Amino acid sequence: MTGKRTRLAVGLAAAAVALAACATNAPQDTLDPAGPYAEKIDALFKPVFWVATAVFLLVEGGILYILWRYRHRKGRERIPPQIHGNTRLEIAWTILPAVVLAGVAVPTVATIFDLAAEPPGNALNVTVRGHQWWWEFRYTDPEMQVGDNLPLVTANELVIPADRPVYLTLESAGSEFGNGLGRAVIHSFSPFRLAGKTDVIPGKTNHMTIQADEPGEYPGQCAELCGFSHGFMRFEVDALSPADFDAWVAGQKEEAAAPSGIAGDLIASTCAACHTIRGVSTAASTAPDLTHVASRDCLAGCIFPNTREELAAWLRDPPARKLGSFMPDYNLSEEEIEALVDYLETLE
Amino acid sequence: MASVPVPADTPRGLLRRPTATTGFWSWFTTVDHKKIGLLYGFTAFLFLIVGGAEALLIRLQLARPESTLIDAGTYNELFTMHGLTMVFLVVMPLSAAFFNYLIPLMIGARDVAFPRLNAFSYWAFLAGGLVLYSSWLLGGAPNGGWFGYPPNSTTDLSPGMSFYSLGLAMAGIASTVSAINLAVTIINMRAPGMSLFRMPVFIWMGLVVQFLLAFSLPIITVALFQLLFDRELGTNFFNPAAGGSPLLWQHLFWLFGHPEVYILILPAFGIVSEVLPVFARKPLFGYQFVVFSGIAIGFIGFGVWAHHMYATGLGPVANTAFGLSTIIIAVPTGVKIFNWMGTLYKGDLRFTSAMLFAIGTVTMFVIGGLSGVTHSVVPADYQQTDTYYVVAHFHYVLFGGAIFGLFSGFFYWWPKMFGRLLDERLGKLHFWLMMIWFNLTFGPMHVLGLQGMPRRIPTYPEGYGFDLWNLVSTIGAFTIAASILVFMWNAIGSFRKAKDAPADPWDARTLEWATTSPPPPHNFDEVVTVHSLDELWHRKYAEDESGKVVPVQAGAAPEDQSHVGGHGIHLPGPSYYPLVAALGLPLVGYGVLYGWWLSIVGAVVLLAGLYGWAMEPGAEEA
Repeated sequence: MTGKRTRLAVGLAAAAVALAACATNAPQDTLDPAGPYAEKIDALFKPVFWVATAVFLLVEGGILYILWRYRHRKGRERIPPQIHGNTRLEIAWTILPAVVLAGVAVPTVATIFDLAAEPPGNALNVTVRGHQWWWEFRYTDPEMQVGDNLPLVTANELVIPADRPVYLTLESAGSEFGNGLGRAVIHSFSPFRLAGKTDVIPGKTNHMTIQADEPGEYPGQCAELCGFSHGFMRFEVDALSPADFDAWVAGQKEEAAAPSGIAGDLIASTCAACHTIRGVSTAASTAPDLTHVASRDCLAGCIFPNTREELAAWLRDPPARKLGSFMPDYNLSEEEIEALVDYLETLE
Repeated sequence: MASVPVPADTPRGLLRRPTATTGFWSWFTTVDHKKIGLLYGFTAFLFLIVGGAEALLIRLQLARPESTLIDAGTYNELFTMHGLTMVFLVVMPLSAAFFNYLIPLMIGARDVAFPRLNAFSYWAFLAGGLVLYSSWLLGGAPNGGWFGYPPNSTTDLSPGMSFYSLGLAMAGIASTVSAINLAVTIINMRAPGMSLFRMPVFIWMGLVVQFLLAFSLPIITVALFQLLFDRELGTNFFNPAAGGSPLLWQHLFWLFGHPEVYILILPAFGIVSEVLPVFARKPLFGYQFVVFSGIAIGFIGFGVWAHHMYATGLGPVANTAFGLSTIIIAVPTGVKIFNWMGTLYKGDLRFTSAMLFAIGTVTMFVIGGLSGVTHSVVPADYQQTDTYYVVAHFHYVLFGGAIFGLFSGFFYWWPKMFGRLLDERLGKLHFWLMMIWFNLTFGPMHVLGLQGMPRRIPTYPEGYGFDLWNLVSTIGAFTIAASILVFMWNAIGSFRKAKDAPADPWDARTLEWATTSPPPPHNFDEVVTVHSLDELWHRKYAEDESGKVVPVQAGAAPEDQSHVGGHGIHLPGPSYYPLVAALGLPLVGYGVLYGWWLSIVGAVVLLAGLYGWAMEPGAEEA
């Protein structure tokens, strides 16, 4: 009875693990790596997983066998032999696991140093800045600059060339108490299918290398509790073919056309205080750079698709669309929202 | 005692000494380790219900994608309080309950070394728990996670994390005091003949845990004060803009936090090491190896803390060192599993509820241990850290290991504590409900984590492959709650029948079963003399000429009848002062938030309690 039920439970657990392997539509699946840095981790984890599975089956199977074999049978009073131990066995089951674990340790250490190595010389350099609660990406290479020492800046969408390593420098943005904007707190940059995660820590600069083998979209998100809207701090890595990437860079380097009418007044009086729109306004990077906002797929920490409707809904009341948003509700009229959306939609 | 007898009603110090040892009010003044153990157990069980309700709200919110049932701020408070409650207000005090109740009984002592200090520990723990929970009414619960990483925890404007510092510091005082008390008890108060290597493994694990507490709690206490000072006094320990370091907190927290894991799990290992031999009718296999592996785990447990911090950028050398130490700690842990298997091997296995929960602990801990080994594979942890994989891992350790082990202890020692047996049919229903649905609650979280679902997010979008397993997990959580209700029904039911438990209902091996169920206030009528490990078993069974184990005739009546019924045994008298002193702590704490005058009032109360305590003799002359 006991054995059967336990076997059922174990069987169900095993089935759960087996089903995991064939999960579909899991765009953050760490078991489905999409570049060499994530693959190195995967190539380490999977053999360890199977070793662990073998140990699991041996130990749990052994326990279940013993439970069944030596169960008390009704009406058979028996005092078993009082065995106190066996030193040889003890030494064996101390050394054997140690040997197996040493086998795990060797490739582990090799991979730790492999992943920490400096990236190849052709790597693209991007500084990732974690804000409450969105991501800023600054392309710091000389050929990516848009002015004298001015990096190309985007938000929430990290566009990279496929098949080329990208060396990320991670910094936390914000001030101690935020002053109405974001506080400087710890985030964790987690691009799942492209690499493991690295924490983004105020006062400390961290690095990691990512790479996507194929063009495609690779979602990720903040993985360290960073305050109220931690769960709504997503991003997307967009890998483009080298030609598409070059075209994208050329497009992004262009300045925005100046707005006119209602939109022009609003941007000058309100938006420009926090948002940079190159060619129109220059602000400290306390809010996402909007120069090419219409070229992006998603908004507000990548939690909404970038559509007219979402953009309008956002402008109507940002904190209602994303609780904790530091962009206040400016009580814009429908006419003003319409004008702003019209203009923002031109910023491709 | 050679002091001049003083009548019990002469007021000394500040308050008239309480005399009642039974009745409702006696619980407030008791210094009896058994009553204090029951207070710990009852309080911790109430917190288990509260922490469980928080878990159910979390699971309700996560059952469906894009749920808006609970807002993000409340969600942060819920998972923070769930973690704090389960660690500091459930598993730690439940372990303390068993240690308090059982250590003196199992080593043949009349009480702990410092009975009034023991009462103070309980009241300080209760004060810490209530201060922590008062935050819900006083402006917001802690919301920075149980790990409380600054700067998020220091610059958040809700008062929650100040309550976190104060509540945990008080619970920490309680545990530190209790650790020293119980360690002294084990070292100094063993019955004649009970050498260290005749102590039950539960006592050994208890000793290791008390040392872990005594050495790790000061670290977190320092960190908690720094956090409180950063928040309330404007210091900059963790403020990078002023030269402080957020990572300093992480090192201090986990230097406490990892030994804490062993503080939570070793008591369950001790319980399992008592229960398996009794229901296999065999001694524990490899007693010395189990003891030394427990000690080894205790030592190595202080050297693995940064495996919680691989992703913080410590560098490849540090990550390698902590990866290797984490691998090493798996070895003594494995030794324990194999010895438990050796104990069952060739036994006569009786599957009582206590036995089932003990087997549950072993089988579930194997899973938690194996997923723990993957955390020593540092690069794999870069992916798994801060995902549901980790949530799955530590629930297999702390629920599958610790909570299952504690329930084994409940079923095993319930008749000793209350003189009543729990119902076995309800016990088995409870076990199978919990066992199956525990796996369906936390098993799928491995999958969710590997699929890239981060922890601490209040909701998740559709289309990420998270929907199905979250729903299964939520159904599982509610079924676990149902199994807890079955246990409560069982517990209540046991009090609705007459006392039916004999002194030794399980044919057990250790000394607590040599006295009545429940034991008298003085535990044993005469001082026990110990001749071997598993003393009680050897009083009941011996080998005949052919080496076969046979029951022996009951021994002759004890020669010394003078203490039968407890006559002439001096027990420590009840006292108000531990409660008074502990009452001062929350006042001192609230003063930090609401005005220093309140701290001064609290300090006066605390000192008054300590003064009265110092002036009061430990026991009155009869």
